[in-house]
Amino acid sequence: MERMVDLKLQASNDTLYTVRDAIENALKGFGCPKAERTDILMSVEELYTNIASYAYGGQRGDVAVQMDMIGDQRCRVTFVDHGIPYNPLERKSPDITLSAQKREVGGLGIFMVKQMMDSVRYRFENGCNILTIEKDIAREAKA
Amino acid sequence: MTISETRQEGIALLKVEGRVDTNTSPQLQKSILQAFQKESQVVIDLEKVDYISSAGLRALLIGQKTASSKGGSMKLIHVCDAVMKVFDMTGFSKVLTIERMP
Repeated sequence: MERMVDLKLQASNDTLYTVRDAIENALKGFGCPKAERTDILMSVEELYTNIASYAYGGQRGDVAVQMDMIGDQRCRVTFVDHGIPYNPLERKSPDITLSAQKREVGGLGIFMVKQMMDSVRYRFENGCNILTIEKDIAREAKA
Repeated sequence: MTISETRQEGIALLKVEGRVDTNTSPQLQKSILQAFQKESQVVIDLEKVDYISSAGLRALLIGQKTASSKGGSMKLIHVCDAVMKVFDMTGFSKVLTIERMP
């Protein structure tokens, strides 16, 4: 396992780009193709902004973001916060068959993450919310 | 993300460039709503957009709802594969009017 990104930041939408840039650069360096990179970056945005908005109920708090490569092709991103215990995976999926007038967007972010990633796990441990997402990536040969 | 607006013959055209994400989507939403104050038909050119998160979808949904309630229309044009994939996985391809990248 190789740690590619290791950040600890104040959970806020203001720090979203710090996280996204670090992960994007690490994935590019690894030779991750664009489609998979976009899936991972979008998943990171959805989960990070969820934590920024809700984990600390409007108060300040930290979030740790790590990215690891497991073996030759599996990317894992882990988010750790010590905010309000909350498992986003228990959130009910939105009804995506409704008309525009009836549709709501709540819950859509986590729904997208579940579709884009190969694995999404949550655990509460030592007072921390720990969210882990994983995706297999087909590495491109370096030019 | 940047947005440029032009108006012609009752249609407002919004050209969007860059990533539509949590931090930039409020600007898109504002531009769409302002466009509907001036015209009943809004066309959004997404040729230069290859990334849209759920916050961006929310802005488009609000635009679509505004179009419906005003008896107008909202159309997305030049939608690339990456953005279309998000519309498909969320069912948005059924509620939005979309023209793919040729």
